[in-house]
Amino acid sequence: MLIPWQELKRSLLVSLWFVFLTFPIMVIKVDPIERVVQWRWDNMVFVAIGSFVVSLLVRVWFTQKERRRERLARSEAIERESLLQIILREPRYLYPLAAAVMVFALSFPFLFSTYQTNIMITALMYVMLGLGLNIVVGIAGLLDLGYVAFYAVGAYSYALLNLHFGLGFWTLLPVGALLAATFGVILGFPVLRLRGDYLAIVTLGFGEIIRLILENWNAFSQGPSGIANIPRPGFFGMALSLDQAISYLYYLMIGLVLITIFVVNRLQDSRLGRAWIALREDEIACQAMGIDKTKTKLTAFALGATWAGLVGVIFAAKTTFINPASFTFLESAIILSIVVLGGMGSIIGVIMGAFILILLPEYLRGLSEYRMLAFGAILVGMMIFRPQGFISTVRRTYHFEKKPNDE
Amino acid sequence: MTRPILQVNRLSMEFGGIRAMNQLDLDVNAGEIVALIGPNGAGKTTFFNCVTGIYDPTGGDILLNPHGRKSVRLNGLKPNKVTEQGLARTFQNIRLFSNMTVLENVMIGRHCRTSSFIVGAIFRPLSTRREERETVERSYEILEKVGLAGQVNEFAKNLPYGAQRRLEIGRALATEPFLLLLDEPAAGMNPQETSELDTLITRIRDEGHAILLIEHDMKLVMSLSDRIFVMDYGRKIADGTPEQVSSNPDVIKAYLGEDIDA
Repeated sequence: MLIPWQELKRSLLVSLWFVFLTFPIMVIKVDPIERVVQWRWDNMVFVAIGSFVVSLLVRVWFTQKERRRERLARSEAIERESLLQIILREPRYLYPLAAAVMVFALSFPFLFSTYQTNIMITALMYVMLGLGLNIVVGIAGLLDLGYVAFYAVGAYSYALLNLHFGLGFWTLLPVGALLAATFGVILGFPVLRLRGDYLAIVTLGFGEIIRLILENWNAFSQGPSGIANIPRPGFFGMALSLDQAISYLYYLMIGLVLITIFVVNRLQDSRLGRAWIALREDEIACQAMGIDKTKTKLTAFALGATWAGLVGVIFAAKTTFINPASFTFLESAIILSIVVLGGMGSIIGVIMGAFILILLPEYLRGLSEYRMLAFGAILVGMMIFRPQGFISTVRRTYHFEKKPNDE
Repeated sequence: MTRPILQVNRLSMEFGGIRAMNQLDLDVNAGEIVALIGPNGAGKTTFFNCVTGIYDPTGGDILLNPHGRKSVRLNGLKPNKVTEQGLARTFQNIRLFSNMTVLENVMIGRHCRTSSFIVGAIFRPLSTRREERETVERSYEILEKVGLAGQVNEFAKNLPYGAQRRLEIGRALATEPFLLLLDEPAAGMNPQETSELDTLITRIRDEGHAILLIEHDMKLVMSLSDRIFVMDYGRKIADGTPEQVSSNPDVIKAYLGEDIDA
C-alpha cells in the first residue's frame, strides 16, 4: 500500500482538529440585521477535505525525505545539489540570469505603474536592511533584535539635520550612515560579553530605548506627531514631478542595492569576514587563534548599522514624513525574518527573503481579510519544508595544482 | 642561549576558596618537547588556560622569552595577545570552526599575522590581494604538513576524528608559534592515529617549535618527551627525564594510590 494506514489516521485527526479550530469563523455566520445565525455546513466539508489532503501531502513529503536521508547515510545516493545552487555556481547560467534580472529591474518603472514602483522601492529598502542585518546575525552570529534603532537613527538624522540646518539629501546620506555606525559601536560596547539570548534581550531593549526617546523627547524629535515635509532627494537642482521623483528614487535604490551586494560579498570573503564566521562558530577558539574579539564584534555591529542608517535616510526622503511609529519592534522582527527565511549568511537568500516577505502581503491584498492568515501560513510552511532558509551558504572553494612529485 | 623560552614561577590560581593550582614552577627550553602529566583534576588544563590568557592567574609569573627579543610577562594578557606573542594552543575537546572549510580553519590562524581590514576587504588593493594569496599558500603548505591537503574544501565537521585533531594542530601552527601547547592531542585516537601523531609532533619539533603537551597516553609521553612534569592536586610533584619520572615513588603513588601494607 502506498500510504500506510497510520498516516491516514493521523491526517484524519489533523483535519478534524482543523474543522474544530475553524468552526467559529468558517461555519457560523451571524447576520445582525435579520437576527439569524447562518450555518454554512458546506464550508466545514471544504476545510475537512482541504486540511486532510494538505496534511497527507506533507507526511508523504517527509517520509520521502527520511528515506533519502537513510539512503544517503548508506551512501547509496550522492548528495544532490539543489537547482538554485547549481545555477549560482555555474557562470554560464548565472550571468545570463543576472543580466535578465538587471534588464527587468531597469525597465520596471516604464512597465508598471507608479504604485508598483513604490512597492518595489520598499522591497529594495528591505533587501538592504536584510543584507545589513545579515552581517550581524548571519555572518557574525550576534542575534540583534534592535536593528530598527539604527534605521531610526538614519531617518531622524536626515529629518532633523534637514529641519534645523537645511542640509540636503546627498550630504546627509553619508552622515546618516556614519551616525548609525557610531550608534552601532555604542550598542556594541556594553554587549561585548553577551551571547545568544542575553544579547538578544539587550539589543531588544536598546531598540525600544531609541524609540521611546524619539516618542517622548518632544523638544528634540517633535514626539509622536513626527516630522513632516522632508524633501525628496534632489536631482541636480531640477524640480521633479511626483512620478519622476519616485522613478528617480527607484533607480537610486537599485544602485545602492548593487553597491550593498558588492560590499557584503567582498566582506564575506575577506580576512575580516572569516574572523566574523569564526566568532560565530566558536568564540574561545577564535580568540585563542589571535582574533581580537572586541574589534571584530564592534566592526560587525558598526558595519551592520551603517546599512540601516543609509536606508533610514532614504526612508525619510521617500515618505517625506516620519514618526516613531515606523520604528517599532515589529520592523526588527520583519528584518530578522528576512534573514532567517532567506538563509543565514547567504546574500541571494536574503534578497529572495526580502522580496517574499515584503511583496507577498502586498500582492495578497486580493485575499482581503485572509491576507495576513495566508501570509502566516506561507511562513509556517516555509519553516517546515526548508528550516535552513531558501539557500544555505556555500563556502568558497579553492583549487590547488598538485605537485607532480607528490606521492 | 640558556634562558628557557617559557618560564613559569610560583604560579597559583584560585577559584573562590579553591586552589586549583599551587605555586607551580615549570620551564620549557627552545626545541624541546615537554610533557605535563597527572591524574584527572590535577590542574593541567587550568595551567594551560592560565598560560594562554583564558584565566588571569591569582599569583606568580609567566614569562615568555622569545629568541632575540625582550621577554614578555603574560599574566592577564588577553588570549589573542598571547597568541600574537607566539604561543598557540589546541583544545582538549576539539574546538574547530565546524562550518568553515578545512582551509579556512587554517587561514583563521593566519589572522594575527596579517593586517587588512574593512577598506582592504571592500576595495581589495594590491597589498590585500598579495596578503590573501600568501595566506592561502601558507595555509595550504601547513595542510600538506599535517596531511590534510586532499580535503581543503571539506567542512571541518565532516572530517574523521583523528583528522580533526591534526587540523587543530595545523590551525595553531598557522599562527607561527615558537611554543605550541597541545591539550591531550591523542585523546580518543586509535593506535595507528597515535603513531602518526607521534611522527607529526616530532617533525614539528624538528622544524623549530618547542612543544608543551598534556597527555594521558603514557606510551606516547615516554617516547616523545625530553622532560616531564607531574602534577597532582594543583602542585608539581616531580619533574625530570622520562626515566627519572617513571621511577619516582611520588609519581607511582599519585597514579596507583598508596600501598596499604603496614
